[in-house]
Amino acid sequence: MPPISRTVRIGSAHGLHARPAKLFAQAAKDAGIPITIAKDAGSPVNAASILGVIALGIEQGDYVTLTADGDGAESTLDTLAELLTTDHDAEA
Amino acid sequence: MTELRGVGIGLGVAQGPVARMAEPAPAPSDAPSTISADEEKARVTDAVAAVARELEARGAQAGGAAQEVLEAQAMMAEDPTLADEIGTRLAQGKTGEFAVYDAFASFRDQLTAMGGYLGERAADLDDVAQRVIARLRGVPAPGVPDPGHPFVLVAKDLAPADTALLDLDKVLALVTTEGGPTSHTAILAREKSIVAIVGATSATGLRDGETVIVDAAAGVVTTDPTADELERAQNRADARASAASAPITDGSLADGTAVPLLANLGNPDGAADAVALGAEGVGLFRTEFLFLSSNQAPTVEQQREAYTKLLAAFPGKKVVVRVLDAGADKPLAFLNDAHEENPALGLRGIRALRASEDILREQLTALAEADAATDADLWVMAPMVATVEETTYFTDLARDYGIKTAGVMVEVPSSALLADRILVDADFASIGTNDLTQYTLAADRLLGSVASFQDPWHPAVLRLIREVGDAGRANGKPVGICGEAAADPLLAVVLVGLGATSLSMAPTALADVRATLLQHTIAEARDIATAALAANDAASARSAAQRAATR
Repeated sequence: MPPISRTVRIGSAHGLHARPAKLFAQAAKDAGIPITIAKDAGSPVNAASILGVIALGIEQGDYVTLTADGDGAESTLDTLAELLTTDHDAEA
Repeated sequence: MTELRGVGIGLGVAQGPVARMAEPAPAPSDAPSTISADEEKARVTDAVAAVARELEARGAQAGGAAQEVLEAQAMMAEDPTLADEIGTRLAQGKTGEFAVYDAFASFRDQLTAMGGYLGERAADLDDVAQRVIARLRGVPAPGVPDPGHPFVLVAKDLAPADTALLDLDKVLALVTTEGGPTSHTAILAREKSIVAIVGATSATGLRDGETVIVDAAAGVVTTDPTADELERAQNRADARASAASAPITDGSLADGTAVPLLANLGNPDGAADAVALGAEGVGLFRTEFLFLSSNQAPTVEQQREAYTKLLAAFPGKKVVVRVLDAGADKPLAFLNDAHEENPALGLRGIRALRASEDILREQLTALAEADAATDADLWVMAPMVATVEETTYFTDLARDYGIKTAGVMVEVPSSALLADRILVDADFASIGTNDLTQYTLAADRLLGSVASFQDPWHPAVLRLIREVGDAGRANGKPVGICGEAAADPLLAVVLVGLGATSLSMAPTALADVRATLLQHTIAEARDIATAALAANDAASARSAAQRAATR
């Protein structure tokens, strides 16, 4: 099965730093398949790497592309896309 | 005595002996490893896992916001990208210690280069690196000292792992030599009400055991204090403790001059707490919360519901609502999508609303409807007004929608200087001291490197406030203060002396300000303000006011 990709817009008011970055990297790690995240047309980094994710400097409204490869790639991307479009800071 | 300056967090004052945090261990040397790369790798894997588990355990013990931060640090320790970086260095024959040090440093440099919030997270990463290296060396991790008696903790910057587990019975105050107002030390000091001063660069010279006074309200650490100074500080700490339990009365000066004390709120949910702390109304209700979490503007119905909930909590009382203040530190894609080099000087506040007038019209519609359905006294104001023309634009529009009291925020020096003309049309002015200070001193208030300029005691700021106070008196219009300045008790007295007729602040600051206002008459407040106005800078304005207040 070829890798699949999806592009989403970041919903979190504070972008992908701190808490949202942690939630995202944790979810990517727990998925158990290789997943990458890229900002705009930039080069992809390991989505399970909190440091890699933070260093992208992603802000609210930025577009990112997720790519997953392996079993359940489709549903994994659904979950991660949902995470990225939600404003986690608004819940607190 | 010597005074060391930094940025104070909160209004407390404390005194006691210094205990310094252990300095980080020296950087590992780049000597080649004497064991195989695989053996080094096994050592690092064990150390990293042990540190991650320890951070998670500390998080579970601390709970709350600290737990999130500590869990994030545990993830940093076991980060796969970092593991690859470490592996590359081990394969080149480096020691585990050096590989960890060097790999962490490369990420740290990336974060520092990004600046701002991310730059301050570099301290989190440093802390993880220190812990892993200490574990590899078999030495205890750097941490909070335990001299066996209460102490003033002095550190470079505190890592979340340290602040989370601070024993509040032992820590009298915190002083850091690095870190800005958004550092972890500052955030946690606010959350736990610890007296703290951050970014006091010259505090590096403090010695273990020496007695200091930490005055967060003034942002000053006093070394070698005299008996007199120690007593004054103690009296202030005692007064503050008793003010917190004093009966709640309406704000007033010693001569009975009423100075309504109002609350700054960012959400209708905070209304009950504000009333419990004695708020006589709301001096600043920020409406951004309705907008920041959505990609499009909320509907009139959604807004009306939120405003009605707020107004219903204050029957018969004044509630000042600020229409949407977007831009700069609060960007909203649907209002302004353009990249701006200087967003604080860009299309923000009333400028942005004017460019998307339907959003402003919908907001005024919802406010007028909520007003009609409740008994509160609704006032509505526009943010970031810079000209008389903008004032007329906003007040005309607001009155078209049936808003009975329409005013403007004075945050830009131009509107302070022309307040006499602005107040011909506006029903009231409310001074936002944070932005007024940033624009008067030309210093970005979100930037740690220029944080020392962000001091509303600066006489240039006070002069502008006097202009507005005078204009209010001349036109018979109220002038409120709704910036953090109103929460500084002595500055609150100065502001009243300059002509402010009401003060609005975070509800937790009400007790301190209420108690201090009761100590001075209006004539004294004017004298204290005159003393502050005559100073050359913020620090001397503050001390001149202190001298005038104790005469």
